[in-house]
Amino acid sequence: MAESLPSVAEITVIEPQGRLAGPRLREVWAYRELLYFLVWRDVKVRYKQTVLGAAWAILQPLATAAVFTIFFGRLAGIPSDGLPYPLFAYAGLLVWTFFAQGLAQSSASVVGSANLITKVYFPRLVIPFSAVLSGLLDLAIATPLLVVMMAYYRVWPGAAIVAAPFVLALALLAVTGVGLWLSALNVEYRDVRFVVPFLVQLWLFVTPVIYPASVVTPRLERLGLPGWVLGLNPMAGVVEGFRWATLGTGAAPVSLLSASAVVALVLCVTGALYFRSVERSFADVV
Amino acid sequence: MSTPTIRVSGLSKRFRIGELVRYKSLRESIQNAVKAPFRRGRRPKEMIWALRDVSFEVAPGEVVGVIGRNGAGKSTLLKVLSRITEPTEGRVELRGRVGSLLEVGTGFHLELTGRENIYLNGAILGMKRAEIDRKFDEIVAFAEIERFLDTPVKHYSTGMYLRLAFAVAAHLEPEILLVDEVLAVGDSEFQKKCLGKMGDVARAGRTVLFVSHNLAAVQQLCRTGIVLEQGRVACAADVALAVRHYTQQVRRIAATSVAERTDRAGSQWLRVTQVALCHADGREIRQALSGEDVVLRFYYASERDVPDASVNFAFNVRNLHGLLLTNLNSRDSGNLRMTVHRRGYFQCTWPRFNLRSGTYACAIYCEVNGEVVDWVQSAFELQVEDGDFFGTGRLIHREQGDMLIPHTWSSHGDPA
Repeated sequence: MAESLPSVAEITVIEPQGRLAGPRLREVWAYRELLYFLVWRDVKVRYKQTVLGAAWAILQPLATAAVFTIFFGRLAGIPSDGLPYPLFAYAGLLVWTFFAQGLAQSSASVVGSANLITKVYFPRLVIPFSAVLSGLLDLAIATPLLVVMMAYYRVWPGAAIVAAPFVLALALLAVTGVGLWLSALNVEYRDVRFVVPFLVQLWLFVTPVIYPASVVTPRLERLGLPGWVLGLNPMAGVVEGFRWATLGTGAAPVSLLSASAVVALVLCVTGALYFRSVERSFADVV
Repeated sequence: MSTPTIRVSGLSKRFRIGELVRYKSLRESIQNAVKAPFRRGRRPKEMIWALRDVSFEVAPGEVVGVIGRNGAGKSTLLKVLSRITEPTEGRVELRGRVGSLLEVGTGFHLELTGRENIYLNGAILGMKRAEIDRKFDEIVAFAEIERFLDTPVKHYSTGMYLRLAFAVAAHLEPEILLVDEVLAVGDSEFQKKCLGKMGDVARAGRTVLFVSHNLAAVQQLCRTGIVLEQGRVACAADVALAVRHYTQQVRRIAATSVAERTDRAGSQWLRVTQVALCHADGREIRQALSGEDVVLRFYYASERDVPDASVNFAFNVRNLHGLLLTNLNSRDSGNLRMTVHRRGYFQCTWPRFNLRSGTYACAIYCEVNGEVVDWVQSAFELQVEDGDFFGTGRLIHREQGDMLIPHTWSSHGDPA
């Protein structure tokens, strides 16, 4: 092998590491091809094993939006910022579904990859990352329907549409942060498996998916709290921000988005640090 | 003297024994915290050192076999070197690209096709995509699966699956190859192919660390041997010397009486205290003579009487090369229902003893009503002398193999 000259070869040093090891993102980058293949595997297997395949990606938010429209839009008469309720609900559910799926996938990802973790080395961060990223395809599949609905209801996006990618990046950041925490916790505490569906359910109700943030903020203000408090739930910023960017609802929710961005970033950084600090015991515990 | 490719210094790895219950539940942790809020952290648990102060060096191109009994730390060493688990102390330096093969087919997905799995598995083993592209045809040819390339591997036969899995791994071409007993899988044809490929790898000047029970394979492939004993390096020498050291070690351990052994598993309310080899008439003997009826008595002490229990008492027989010859147990023989007394013995009758002369190491295993109560590796030795197995009045000379099989020959002319 001409390419394998030991003299110029890379040197790997294995030593016990401190409790506070950095997330070694450079190493994750070096393994980006593995990340790609794991995402590709997840997507491929998911669509191979299901009868409806990619249709699930649309069906899930669509069916939920239909149910919400009947019960919350029509029967309960929940306001929707002047938008047709189906459109209002679908836009919110689009990003919400991405978050909820990503959470479910990533929290189970490390335990589900026990066979890999105990047999081969690679930066473990790749596992929750790939679980989160594989959800992006579902999001991409479900998005065209939003465009169709917007055309149907004659709702046109304004200049704010340029902010949409940033809002989606925020969603990615939020789900990664929570996913890192849950996937690492799940290794040591298997209860997490039961907590996640419950958590997702509760989280949906405290996120302005069914209702607009505009019904909550006045009440918060009456309590003497600023409106951005709602943004401490990063998904509140994501859902409201996404509607603003695509459907052009009112003024830019700057403070809400900023609060959410800060929280998502904190979750992501602490999540990565926590993940790294427990990762070394994964192979012994999983 | 060139720089060593692998340099291990003072490597130690500690495990908590209490972790037989693998994971905690949140409730337990909260309960513990509530019950003893001032006790910091977890209860101090018993720790064992799976590796203790292990140091050795491997020169470039050297092929080293790591041998040792079960639990001696072989697999842990490999896992630390593969970076799967972190050491507690010490340092390892590896010069060059590392490929570790702890099993074949890691990450294979049954729903994916052969083609897809080659890419996935290659990436998991650390190959770049371009590299897999380049070696793709070679891998497919080695695995002999051309026709099934686009069939999901769930439809593959075991043989095809293993061939494909090994083919990917074999084309990894790292400078340092760490191999666990991958060769212990598959039929002998497949094993031969793997051994051949391993030999190629060794001859290509790569550094190989090979962990195995298969002493014959170790002797065939490796120049140097490292013997691990309770987590420490007991011997690092020329492979012939190392193998000799290992076989002596197995004997030495088997020589201590079963009662004194502390390295045993199971719940331990019943313990085997003594093993007696007897003649059919009950007289104790030191050696078995092949061809004679032999009785083995396993004396035990139990903390309770269990009338009419389901007792699976087993012992297996290995030759000194570590090859498992057979396993005798009360489940297979249909004698599961036995009574457990406070003091007593389980007796196994082995008519027409059919091992050839030599020394055999035996492990003991006892399960009562589904609970493993005692389990001792290399618990005792069987000394065997050649006897008149076939009743011909002549002694049979040990020539090939360990077993004697009752049989006859006859000659027949072809009627046509």
